[in-house]
Amino acid sequence: MATTSMTMAKALNEGLRKAMEKNKKVLIMGEDIGKLGGVFRITDGLQKDFGEDRVIDSPLAESAIVGTAVGLAIRGYRTVCEIQFDGFVYPAFDQIVSQVAKLHKRSDGVYTMGLVIRIPFQGGIGAIEHHSESPEAYFAATAGLRVVSCSTPNDAYWMIQESIEHDDPIIFCEPKSRYWEKGEVDLDNPPGGLFDAAVRREGTDVTVIGYGASMKTILRAAETAAVEGVSVEVIDARGIAPLDLDTMATSLEKTGRLVVVQEAPHMASIGSEIVAELSQRCFYSMSAPGIRVSGYHVPYPPTRIEEDYRPTVDRILDAVDRVMEFES
Amino acid sequence: MIGEELIQLVTPEGERVSNPQYESTLSGEAIFGMYRDMVIIRRLDTESTSLQRQGQLALWAPVQGQEAAQIGAGRALEPIDFTFPTYREHGIAWCRGVPPEDMLRLFRATSNGGWDPQKYRHSVPAIVLGNQVLNAVGYAMGVQRDGAEEAVMTFFGDGASSQGDVLEAFVWASSFNTPIVFFCQNNQWGISTPMSIQSKIPLYHRAHGFGFPGVRVDGNDVLAVYEVTKHALDQARVGGGPTLIEAYTYRLGAHTTSDDPTRYRIDAEVEVWKHRDPIERVKSLLVREYKVKAAKFDEVAAEADVIALKLRDDVLAMDRPDPITMFDHAYAAPHPLIEEGRREMIELGVSGGH
Repeated sequence: MATTSMTMAKALNEGLRKAMEKNKKVLIMGEDIGKLGGVFRITDGLQKDFGEDRVIDSPLAESAIVGTAVGLAIRGYRTVCEIQFDGFVYPAFDQIVSQVAKLHKRSDGVYTMGLVIRIPFQGGIGAIEHHSESPEAYFAATAGLRVVSCSTPNDAYWMIQESIEHDDPIIFCEPKSRYWEKGEVDLDNPPGGLFDAAVRREGTDVTVIGYGASMKTILRAAETAAVEGVSVEVIDARGIAPLDLDTMATSLEKTGRLVVVQEAPHMASIGSEIVAELSQRCFYSMSAPGIRVSGYHVPYPPTRIEEDYRPTVDRILDAVDRVMEFES
Repeated sequence: MIGEELIQLVTPEGERVSNPQYESTLSGEAIFGMYRDMVIIRRLDTESTSLQRQGQLALWAPVQGQEAAQIGAGRALEPIDFTFPTYREHGIAWCRGVPPEDMLRLFRATSNGGWDPQKYRHSVPAIVLGNQVLNAVGYAMGVQRDGAEEAVMTFFGDGASSQGDVLEAFVWASSFNTPIVFFCQNNQWGISTPMSIQSKIPLYHRAHGFGFPGVRVDGNDVLAVYEVTKHALDQARVGGGPTLIEAYTYRLGAHTTSDDPTRYRIDAEVEVWKHRDPIERVKSLLVREYKVKAAKFDEVAAEADVIALKLRDDVLAMDRPDPITMFDHAYAAPHPLIEEGRREMIELGVSGGH
């Protein structure tokens, strides 16, 4: 198995390139994505190689980026929309919820809404307001949409291609704070289905589930817990909507204890959904109630204090301790 | 796209131009005051860029090149008027009396706002493009209902002019004849997106389609910006309805300190605009017409240095807030999730509470 080391940003770039080479109907549209290569350089060089008709520098209007991608989808194109930052997706929210999510149904299956909306999400880069949000639950709650998140360069490379090939609309959440971290990418073999959860670390005492930027923090917490004698199994959800509950339930049936980590506040969140579903499925195997470690229920704070908002290793370990206090 | 439709009262060389519609009403002293404002703003801008480069700010949005547009517009306002800015309106904030250190709290990432918007009658910065333009129209509807003789002015750029919010704001302002001035600084670039992608016609022409006047002013001519803005604000105050002002200018620097404009625009273009520098223009006028001596300009430069150094000290003294402050003002009334979060943070020992 030949692998190549690259950053998540580069892996996404390569994945987009591969998808564009494979299918002439694949377009990319967004703000500053041409010459500039996007503010995170994810589309670097793509306009040069595929032309301005396929890599479209848009006027600054998110509702129009998504709304016209809908029309392009009706016409048979597959558009990857780049939303510059999480907090800028809301002008497009109406188009995403009213059209992207519903047109396949409304047209009795005639229209295929095969489009991807890429959103750099979560915090951790010390940005100003609207640049660090976790809006995934809004989209996960909307029937007709699918939501995924990558946490490694290998997943980024494969999941972006699988999302583009998928016939349903996909909200593709990219953990921007991990864009510049390197990892091994297997250019030949995909890592499993687009919505499949992945066990990142095996353990026997507690199942900790997360996605996106939280994965690295969870893995660090798991290492520390191991030193303290607690064996943590770490699961990367990857698919946020739908969730791979089978993989999660298999783990929970083994460990009996559940912690879910997310940067979004816990009210009506992905973590809430995971805890509810798994409590129902694994009730008789559980030794403790599932706990969510989340962002607080406040607007994302000024980033000088964001590390006290985002789940930290300490807060995850604190949750692990709390579920361990229950006797099995 | 400049042409004869551009309102200009002073040429780039500092010579007066007569305009049948707009006559300069400013005294030499007032013009010198605006020169001072512009020099101070440029100096604060330079200082802020250095602070960012030295790791003391998370980000900075430079305003270099747009000083005349902002000072001309800012000084045309009456204290009672209300303004809705973006994140780049440092010159407007200065004219509204916002202390420079308060302008930098957002960029120091210690606050999402930075000042009391009611005190200065200058709203907190809006970052999502175009949102504040609708908010400003709503405020103006309130002014109208109160029967007050106040005007509202909102700021946005050529980039935001493509947003639905801005165009919806035009419809509402026109339909309700609200007392508002839409002040668009067309600085030619929305990060890397050139004007040609935002509009095929001059932006001020759009106003006519919505049913209110639009005017293009030389945004690097502080006298012209002042007169055009004052006229529009006066119209708004007496029931004359909205005006769109397109201040034709140029962003000499980067979009923000995270941006690298060399990737998308050519130096020659920047050079052309450097020759239209707004500060040099008014300085030439002051020398030519009012015989202002070099010493007077030196005094302003020295004063700007003092203000910039105070800003540096103030910024360096700006501490990381206590994390528990993130729970303040998330809601106006008590909320169980806020209480829960506060309790958890105190238990974690991150903060002692306050």
